[in-house]
This record gives sequence, C-alpha cells and structure tokens, in this order.
Amino acid sequence: IHFILLFSRQGKLRLQKWYTTLPDKEKKKIIREIVQIILSRNQKTSSFVDWKDLKLVYKRYASLYFCCAIEDQDNELLTLEVVHRYVELLDRYFGNVCELDIIFNFEKAYFILDEFIIGGEVQETSKKIAVKAIEESDMLQETVEEYMNKPAF
Amino acid sequence: MSDVVERTLSALPGLLGQHDPGAGPGGAGGPGRVSASSRLGSLIRSITALTSKHEEEKLIQQELTSLKATVSAPTTTLRLMKECMVRLIYCEMLGYESSFGYIHAIKLAQQGNLLEKRVGYLAVSLFLHENHELLLLLVNTVVKDLQSTNLVEVCMALTVVSQIFPREMIPAVLPLIEDKLQHSKEIIRRKAVQALYKFYLIAPNQVQHIHDKFRKALCDRDAGVMAASLHIYLQMIKENSSGYKDLTGSFVTILKQVVGGKLSADFNYHSVPAPWLQIQLLRILGLLGKDDPRTSELMYDVLDESLRRAEINHNITYAILFECVQTIYTIYPKSELLEKAAKCIGKFVLSPKINLKYLGLKALTYVIQQDPNLALQHQMTIIECLDHPDPIIKRETLELLYRITNGQNVIVIVQKMLDYLKESKDEYAIINLVGKIAELAEKYAPNNEWFIQTMNAVFSVGGDVVHSDIPNNFLRLLAEGFDDGEEDLQLRMYAVQSYLALLEEEDKLYPQKFLQVMSWVLGEYFSLVTDVDPEVILTKLHSLLKKTFVTSETKTWIMAAVTKIASHTSCSKTVDELVQELSSSLDTCLRQYAFELKHLCEDKALMKSLLPFDASCTDLVVDASLSFLDGFVAEGLAHGAAPYKPHHQRQEEKLSQEKALNFEPYGLSFASSVSSSGVTGRQSPTGLSFGSDTSGNSAETGHKETNTLKLEGVRKLWGKEGYLPKKETKTGKGKEPQAVPCGSLLAGQVGEPPALQPDPAASLSEEDKEKQQLASTLFVGLGSSAGVSLMGKPDTATQKFKRKSKINETQQLSEEASDLQNSAASDFGPLLDTVPINMEDSEGSMHTRLRKASPCSSDNVEDNLAFETPQSLRKSMLDDRLSANRLSQSSLFADSNIEIFQPSPSAQCESASETPLVPSLPEELEELPHSEVVGLCQSDALALHLCKVWTDDSLLLIVFVSNKTTSALCAVNLVFEETEHFQILESATSQFPVIEAQSVEHCQKGMRMNKVCTQAILSGSVGYQSEMETRLEFSVTLSLMDFIRPMEMTTEDFGKLWLSLSNDVKQNIKMSSCQDSFSAALDTLQQKLKLHRVDIIGNEGILACQLLPSVPCLLHCRTHSGMLALWFRSPCAALPDGLLYQCQRVMEES
Repeated sequence: IHFILLFSRQGKLRLQKWYTTLPDKEKKKIIREIVQIILSRNQKTSSFVDWKDLKLVYKRYASLYFCCAIEDQDNELLTLEVVHRYVELLDRYFGNVCELDIIFNFEKAYFILDEFIIGGEVQETSKKIAVKAIEESDMLQETVEEYMNKPAF
Repeated sequence: MSDVVERTLSALPGLLGQHDPGAGPGGAGGPGRVSASSRLGSLIRSITALTSKHEEEKLIQQELTSLKATVSAPTTTLRLMKECMVRLIYCEMLGYESSFGYIHAIKLAQQGNLLEKRVGYLAVSLFLHENHELLLLLVNTVVKDLQSTNLVEVCMALTVVSQIFPREMIPAVLPLIEDKLQHSKEIIRRKAVQALYKFYLIAPNQVQHIHDKFRKALCDRDAGVMAASLHIYLQMIKENSSGYKDLTGSFVTILKQVVGGKLSADFNYHSVPAPWLQIQLLRILGLLGKDDPRTSELMYDVLDESLRRAEINHNITYAILFECVQTIYTIYPKSELLEKAAKCIGKFVLSPKINLKYLGLKALTYVIQQDPNLALQHQMTIIECLDHPDPIIKRETLELLYRITNGQNVIVIVQKMLDYLKESKDEYAIINLVGKIAELAEKYAPNNEWFIQTMNAVFSVGGDVVHSDIPNNFLRLLAEGFDDGEEDLQLRMYAVQSYLALLEEEDKLYPQKFLQVMSWVLGEYFSLVTDVDPEVILTKLHSLLKKTFVTSETKTWIMAAVTKIASHTSCSKTVDELVQELSSSLDTCLRQYAFELKHLCEDKALMKSLLPFDASCTDLVVDASLSFLDGFVAEGLAHGAAPYKPHHQRQEEKLSQEKALNFEPYGLSFASSVSSSGVTGRQSPTGLSFGSDTSGNSAETGHKETNTLKLEGVRKLWGKEGYLPKKETKTGKGKEPQAVPCGSLLAGQVGEPPALQPDPAASLSEEDKEKQQLASTLFVGLGSSAGVSLMGKPDTATQKFKRKSKINETQQLSEEASDLQNSAASDFGPLLDTVPINMEDSEGSMHTRLRKASPCSSDNVEDNLAFETPQSLRKSMLDDRLSANRLSQSSLFADSNIEIFQPSPSAQCESASETPLVPSLPEELEELPHSEVVGLCQSDALALHLCKVWTDDSLLLIVFVSNKTTSALCAVNLVFEETEHFQILESATSQFPVIEAQSVEHCQKGMRMNKVCTQAILSGSVGYQSEMETRLEFSVTLSLMDFIRPMEMTTEDFGKLWLSLSNDVKQNIKMSSCQDSFSAALDTLQQKLKLHRVDIIGNEGILACQLLPSVPCLLHCRTHSGMLALWFRSPCAALPDGLLYQCQRVMEES
C-alpha cells in the first residue's frame, strides 16, 4: 500500500497516511487529483481505478470514502478488505462509528491505523488484539488521570 | 496574554457552530469520545461552517499564527503543547504548511508523559519524511524509550521506528531492537520484527547478520509474530528464492494449519482464518515453487486444500482464491490443480459483481499464456467486457487481448485498442497502449497499407508522449527492410504517399515525433514516388519550417530531408529561397544547415557522393583516430606547437603541482577520465569524428547508434510461431472457433453454464450475432492446432516484419571501433581490412547469444539450476535447518493444539556415505593451509572430493576424481560453469584421458573472486564416456573468506592508504563476555578472518587484509563500554559490507 486517504463526499480530506516519501507539493496534487477521480465515478462501477502506474482501491462508507493506492501485482480484493477491517476496528473502538468521530478524533483514527498497518503492510489480523493494544495505552493514560479530568482539550 | 486572546478568538466560532445540529458527536460515548467543546472541536466546527475557500484560508492562517506564538512561548505546558500538535496536524491535513511546529513535535515526543509522547510521535511520523534532517533529533528519544521499562513506551518507540527512521542511524538502535525479539510480550516481539522488516527494506546489509533470528521469529509461538516475520521472508525470497527452498516445508505446514483452522479464532475475519496470513504464504510459495518441480511437489496438497476450503461467498475468500490461482499457475504445473484453478477463474469471470469480474479478467490475463483455451471458454464474457462502461475493465480486457494476438486477429484487436486510445486522456495509459499497438503492428501486420495506417494512428494519437523507441524502431524497419526487396519498396512507397496526403491538409497540427518520422521518410524515399514533383515536396517541407509549432529539433530533421531531396534535383527555387531565409535565422543549428546546403548546392558532384540514395543502412567507416589529420598535426608540431595532452594527463599534472594541498585522493576521477579517453583511442581532441561536414546521413547514423543500444531492452514475448498452445487440451471438443458457422462456435462452449447457450439457429438476436462475429474474429487462431489447419493456414503467426540481422550491426561497429582503436594505434592500415571479418564474427556470436537467451532454453538452464541448488545448499544449510527444526518443535504454536511438523526428509538424507577411496593431498600442497577433503558427489562409478587450498595469491580448488569401478574410465571431463562471482584462472575444464580402476586422479583450479559476495555457489559437472554419455553434477560453496588474505603494512602506510580510500562502512557490534578484553577480540578477528594486525594503540586497533588478487580493505576498531566499533574502508564498495558480515558472524560465534 502506497498511501491511504480518507475524504468526505464533499471532497474534504479527513485523514492521510503516506507510506512512500513524496514532497508536499506532490502530495497535494495527488490528493486533489484522486479525490476528483473518485468522486466523479458513478456508483455502479467497480471499486478499482487505474491511476498512473498504481491502482486505487476505494470504498464508500456512509459519507466517507476510504481510498488506498496499491501496486499492480497486489491483490485488489484483499485491499478492499483491509479497508473494511479498518472500518471494523474503528467501529469497535468508537462504538458505532460515524464520520464525526473521525473528524473530531482523527488522532485516534491514526493510532488505530498505525496499530493495523505499518509501512504499508497489514500487521495485525486479530481485531481483538489491535483494539486491546489501543485500549491498553488509553488505560494507562487514565491511570495517570490525565484523560479524565482535563477539560482544556 | 496572547493565550487569553487566542482562547477568546477560537471560542467565538465555536459558539456560533453550536447551532449546527449535526456538529456534535451524538450517541453514547465510546472509550475515545472527546467532548466537542475542545478547541480543536471548535476549530473544526467553524471550518465546516464556512462557505468559501477564502474564508477558510483566513481562519487557518489566524489559527496558525496563534499556534506559532503558543508553541514557541517558553511557558507553554506540555499538555497545551499536545493539544497544539493535534491542531497542527489538522492544519497540515487541510494543506497548510506548519513546519514551525515540527521541532516541537520532536520535543513533545521526548519530554511528554505517555499521552503527550504518543501525540508527539504521531505528529513526527505525519510531518516528517525519511530524509528529513530533524529526524536525527528523534534518535535519542527512541533509544531512551526502547530502554524504558514501560511497555507502552517501548511499543510507541517501535511503532515509530518501523514507520520512519533515518537509515544512517540504524546501528544506534539495532542491538536494542534485537534484544526485544526475546521479549516476553508478543506485541513487543511483533513490533520488533516489524521494525527489522523496515530496516531490511531500507538497508538490507545492516541486518544481514540476524537472519537466524528471523528464523526464530518464524517459529515464534505467537502467530502474530510469525505473521510479521513473513513480510521479511516474502521480501527476501523475492530477491533470492533459491536461498530459502529449505523453508518450503515450514511454510506449507504453517499454511496447512492456518487453512485447517488451527489458529485461535481471534484471527478469523468473517470466519475465514487469518486471510492476510494465508495470502502472504501463498505468495511465498508461488515464488519458491516457480520453475522448480521438486519444491512445487510439496505444495500441491495444501494448495488443493486452500481451494477447497475457500467456499464462503465473501470478498475475502475470493481474494484468497485469486491468490491461489496465481500461485498454481506460477509454480511447476500440475494438471489436476490447473483444472480446478481454471474452474475458479470461471467463477470470477462469470460473476455479476463487477469487482470480481475485474479480478477474473486479471487472472485470465495472467494465465492466458499457459492456457489459451481458457480465453475461448470465456470469449463471450470478454467481448461484453470490451464495451464495459468502466474503463478499468476495458483496459484489462485489452491487456488480455494483447496477449492472445496473432496474425489473424491482429486487425480487430488493434482497432479496439485504437478506439480505447482515442477516448483515453490519461498520459500513462496512452504511453502504455501505444507501445503495445506498435509492437503488435510490427509483429503481425497483414499488409503494408494497414501497417502504415496503424503507425500513423499511433503517431498522431500518441503524440509526443510516445516512447522514443517507437519512431526509431519504425524507421529502422523501413530502412532495413525485410527479406523481400519488392515488398520493401512497396512499403516505403506507400509510406511516402500517405505522408504526402497527410501534409496536404494545411493547418493540421501533428506531433513533433510524427513530423520527424515523416520528414525522414520523405527525405530518404521521395524518389520512389515518381508522379510527384520533388519541388512539391520541398514546398511542403518549406512551409512546415515556417510554422511556429514546429520545434527546432524537428526543424533540423526537416532540413536534413530538404538537403537529401536537394541533392537529387537540379536547381530548385524553393531551396534557394529557403537557404536565403535561414542564413539569417537566429537558430545557429538551422543557420549552419543552411550554409552547408548552400555550399553543397554549389558542388553537386560532392553532394551526390555525400548523400547517395537509399544509403541509410550502409555503414559508414569512421576514421575515429583522425589519421587524416596526422599531416596537419606534424606540421603544427614542426612549427613549435605544444603536443596534445589528453585530459587525464593534464589533470594529473595539475594535481602534481598542487600536491602540497592535496589531502584527498583523486582516484575516482582519474579512473573515469582514463576510460573516457580510452574511447577516443589516439587521444584525438575531438573524439569520434562523424564527418561533421556531411549533414544528413551521418546524423541519422548517429541517431541509430543510440537507438540500437536501447533495442536490447525490448521484450520479445513472442516466438516466431506466434502464440501456440503448449499441449493439446483434453477437452478438445471442437473448441476451435471458426469464422463461418455459428454452430461450431457455440460448440466450443460446451462446458459452460446454459445461460450462455441459446439455441444457435433461432434465438440469436442481432446484437448477439454481432458479438459472435466479433468473437470469431478475435479468437481465431487460438484453439488447438487442428483448428488452425482447418483454416488452411498452418502458420498461425505470419510474422511479417522480421528484423534483419543488421539491427545490431551499427552498435557492433561502434564497439568494434573502440576496440580496434586501442590496438590500432601503431599500425592502422592493415587492421582496417579486418574490420568486416571481425564484424561478421562477432555478429555471429551475438546471434547465438541472442538465441541462447530465448525463453525455452533459459528455462532449461533455470531448471538445471533449480535442481542443483538444493543439493549444494543441503550441506551448508544442514546445521541451520536442524536447529530451526528443533526450535520449531519446541516452540511453534506451543500453546495451541497444533501438530508439530517433522523435519523434512531431505534434511536427514545427508547420510555420510564413505567411499573406500579416500583421497589425500599431494605433498607439495599438504604444507599449505587447506581445508579438509570433503565429498562433493558420487555415482556408482565415480566419486568427487574437494579440498580448498589457500595459497598466497589465489584459492586453489583441488578436485579428486576417484574411479570406483573395476575397469578404467576413459575421457573423464570436468567442467566448471562460469559465474559472475568467480573467475577461474587458466581454463574451466580439465580432462583426464583415463582413470584406472580403483584409483584417484586430481586436478587443481586457481580461483579469484570477481564480484564480492559473502558466499556464492560454483557449480560444475563431470562427465565420462561409457556406453552412454554420463554426467554427474556438483556444486561448491565458496565464501568471501576463501579469498581474503592478510595484508602486511606499516602503520604509516596504513594511514596513507586509509585517507585515499573512499568507501566506508561503520558498525557497532556487541562483544561477548569471553572477549571482554580488546586484544582478545582482535585476536579472534585476526585468527578467524585472516586479518593482519597492523598496530594497537590504547583501545584502538588497526587491521588490514586484501581480497585477492590485491584489493585492500582496512579496518579500524575501537572499544567502548562493551561495544566494538568497526570502521572499514576499501576501494571496492561491496567489500566492507561483506567483511562486516563475517566479523559479526565470528564475534557472535566466539
């Protein structure tokens, strides 16, 4: 996986994670281009798009698009399931996740993603363990009593 | 103060936003829900409430300014900093630069408590990239956290390391991470493996020494850790599959257990056990089993089971099935499995789900070369997909068609591709497709008109993005022609005519490359068209020259054409006019052309001799030594001119003058200047002189030379016979499609679901008929060979445009020329005569080489190799494997109820069978350092033993051949195969005319290492004459250490040499307890690695060695707190890496 983008139906970026090194300008251009390509596709087409020498695999969950860029020899269906598993993880963590959860707690979404995919490879296939890892670190925060009584955030 | 202002500011829009009913996160709070009244929340809400981009920009700038003030204020608490970081991340995501906060992100990671640290690390991993300079500041924090007793801190550090880490700092954390591999928590072990995977990707040689630890990770009792290690293995096996064949058994066992559901249910995904793991394993197996029947044998069962188990109708099972199919078609084929896989592909292709259909096409494309009949089975689906609204499906279908193109269906397929091309706007897709069309057109063109028209379409649609190979190949094809001279003329004539017609349209814009092609062809072959006055052509070219859209490069092409045409016409008004105009052109190049043309026009005879007609293929003999200038030079010298000094000589002299200041060596630049001047042979100042006064032809030859070089890279997928099925299909129920009867076409689909089988005669709608028609044209010539002969065309692919052998000639010539120049310095005259002969020779050898590289024979070679390696590796891997197996027995999934796999039988079969004939070294060699005599291989008649003797200047391999039979063996021939790594001194073969019964003969071979590697395999074979030719193959593993010798030198010499060497490698390694003293460690290195100890001063030591014949490598070591810092330098880049690996090995062993 080269990168993952989450964006809304209005084309607003909600989360971006890059597993290849690119200059910022390039990234912005790519994001603009991809958001446009995907938003302009109609619902009946497949979830895959050729893009340069890569392939985009995307899926829409409610108002949010999840999009991954993969190489030609990668397995498209599997990537689709990666996205789905990520959504499941989010769902489990937030409990009935919605776009707003991701907007307001995007750093949490990042933490979960980092638990799940590292360096562009899926690393944990067990849902329970991934969520547990996050919750564990959250728990530790609570013992510091940082998390509970900090209204400033 | 500013803080307060900022608070009020950001609170304002937050208050406004609260009216928005959807803005607050509703519902019950999960563990992570944060109150939306936070400042980030208000920021986000106010941004959502904005309507214009401009307002957003203003707000964010405001936000950034206040953030900047806050983060740089010394009073800001870490907690506030954390909150600022989150807001910064948000701003960055919206596309606003916030680099001022990067350094604070690092600080936060360093100083914060857990929660703050986590945000700090996250911000770092999002803000920075791998080569960012600030990243170095993170290293200390990571090291500290890795040593922390808090698991979460360790976890965070490992996570960040495996995402982003500066390559040069790997040594600083590597030992810590290695330690973590033994950690009691699975999650830590898993993340450590992940981090090592990252290191392996960015700096493979730094983790060379821990390969056995990867093996341990593979056998870890936690499946997560094992899965993580598979990433590393997949990568390593991709690079070198032969090195890991011994692990096939383990991978198969793991997959079996996973497929069998023996993993904990945690790993299930929609009740499919660990799909990611499965797919990873399938990929690994595919790589291992490729072209290797023996290894493939091991996996057939488990692949079959995977296919069977994947039955639930869910995306994830389809993903696994797809991977299975690919693996099955990648490994050595087994007919039953292939059949099942083919059925599987059918499921995909016929699926109504568009995603699955796409994957089905992708799979078909992958397997079609092995089994073209599959395409026949699915022809109707393929036709439907061809007009699919989704471009990706269309493109994949075209890709599929591209692979089944032959002489009979090329017209239809290329037409489809051109149609797609015209709709496509994506540059990448255009380049790709245009290349394919050009390739197909060249290979299968049915006639001249079609070929030229197709190429015209390619050039005009493809525009200037087409790869430059395409026009170049096309022109060469035209110029060199084919076997039939008459055909050639026709083709060229047609080309000229069509271009003239195209240029007729006045204001049409053509791509530059197309114009270049046109002008070349017109210039070269205008006279073939007799009914057009050259003057007309000249006028057209002239008008092109005036156009503004024509680039100056194209203009020079046009000028060259004009010159050529002008040489064959008497006075032309257009030419005069043109010369007049361009003589004052601002473009110097054009002006020069114009002047040349003017002068040439004045001397028609010279012009004719310079520009003979249709001479583009005649090779120009270039006097690269510029011997015709000798008189001029002699005269100059006689008049007291300074003799010419080549570049490197001048540089050297300059250096020697500056010697006092020169601290750094100039070795590298010296070498390159030598080689560059070597090309010019006699050190002529202008280099190759391509008769710069002749304009047209020589320029083209120059072009062509560079083109021919590129040609080597062109893939030749297709044999002369085009695309023929490998074997007769068993289900050959008349699957040969015919153009004529519809009935037989449908008969071809017997095995398919009835849905696709309407009554052929009655119910065919118009549309269907159309499709059938298309199918019959598309899939013609694909079925079994019987079908082909029915068509009355035994030769499916009439490869029309065969390239003549001339292709390589020009390149040859240049190579030849440079070779010759070196030797020709003394007597040039006679050597010139030999040029043609030499050329023919080398051309011949070139062709045999090319032929050798054809796919079928290379397969053979690979097969042989694959057969050999297991044997040869067996010995060296034996120990490893045994230990790995032992480990696995004790720890693999020890906590779950999984059966433990047994060591593979091949590991045990290494029973040392002693031969009665034990050879011994001859006396004169006995005194030299040497290895033990070990058995290489044996048969009933022969036994081979080997002994390595390490002499001062080479490695001697002593091979003993013992005759075990009771009769003498004749003509025993021992041959070593050439490898890139080693050089065999003298010859690679040895002959024993006769070996008496029950006796031993030996031969010796001196070896050198050409390409540095830690170890490599040298294989060879021994054959002898009995009733039939008998061969016995063997292989020897030679390691780098076989070629390393101590190098004696003084400390001063060391110092000088040290400064002059450029490639260096540094690494810290741990010293084990028994070598606590520095000198003990040095002793180990000295003894085990044959290094020469030059000097020891305090806790520093210097050592030197050389790679035979004389490549030095210097080592500087220093101890500090239990670590040994090694610093290598050598002129050879690969040598320090190799030695470092050896050092790590011996230090770990001792």
